Amino acid sequence: MVALVLVGHSPELLSGLRAMLAQAAPETPVSVAGGTDAGALGTSAPRILRAVRAALADAPDGAVVLLDLGSAALALEMALDDLDPAERVRVRVSRGALLEGAVRAAVEAAGGGALAAVLAVSEIPPGTDKLPDDWPADGRPPG
Amino acid sequence: MISTGDFSRFLETFAARIHAAKEELTELDSAIGDADHGINMDRGMTAILELLPGLQGGDAGTLFKQTGMKLISTVGGASGPLYGTFFLRLGTAFGTATEIGPTELAAGFRAGLEGVIARGKAGLDDKTMVDAMVPAVAALEAGIADLPSALDAAAIAAAEGRDRVTPLVAHKGRASYLGERSAGHQDPGATSTTILFESLRDALRAG
Repeated sequence: MVALVLVGHSPELLSGLRAMLAQAAPETPVSVAGGTDAGALGTSAPRILRAVRAALADAPDGAVVLLDLGSAALALEMALDDLDPAERVRVRVSRGALLEGAVRAAVEAAGGGALAAVLAVSEIPPGTDKLPDDWPADGRPPG
Repeated sequence: MISTGDFSRFLETFAARIHAAKEELTELDSAIGDADHGINMDRGMTAILELLPGLQGGDAGTLFKQTGMKLISTVGGASGPLYGTFFLRLGTAFGTATEIGPTELAAGFRAGLEGVIARGKAGLDDKTMVDAMVPAVAALEAGIADLPSALDAAAIAAAEGRDRVTPLVAHKGRASYLGERSAGHQDPGATSTTILFESLRDALRAG
């Protein structure tokens, strides 16, 4: 099994997303790192490191990390620098959108997808299958 | 020579000036970022103030390493890893020494700057804290034979670097989302870095 790590600025955002994932793919281990140690909006390298390590402990096949915004990447990089080489090889970082990427990845992981497959589905561009095909492409309401 | 107590006064001064500039930094960041730089830095430096009483009797390396670790876990935005790395490198450079000479001071700041560049991968003209820190460290090194005037030159160079990049378009961080619209706005990171060098000058001069 592959685990997911959700990294974001808002603890509330991530706990809501985790609840959605638990419904869509209850088998997939999910760990979260949201907010700072002071409980504020933001990201914290030590919290991210703890979440990644918790995910790797739950998932022998590795972990895919998703982040909410690019400004989390610096703290994420700092956390990943502290992993042992044996841990690093089991981690992949997704460029996908947090919400849609996490839902796709959680379902893929629950179905037994390998690390590369979970990463790949997490990076499918968001919105590609969100609306019915016959809705106007320019964003106007249908009909 | 600069003692751990002198450095502790530098961090106290920096914390007080960041607190005083909290609204200004947040306003600058609301123009081109996510309006959290003042709040984040103030939260981090307030946490440092709580650490200082237990550290000022020890060595300079421990003082700055603990400062760096605390900023990494409490600041939140990109400035947490960046200022955290800066102080960690400073602490590593100073090691277990309790008295630091001018040359070691400049070498420590050079190591801190290199850490910030390695971590953030920003170069000159990307409109970040690096644009204030590069000229400040260069001025510190160039004038180090006369420490008070070198500290003054470093603070002035930081402010000049900060102002020099105001007309530019940001290329890093949240400000880069704005593209051309970031031009003309003073960079919050370069502003807090200028405060850092002004705090160093004023705290060491007072000693």
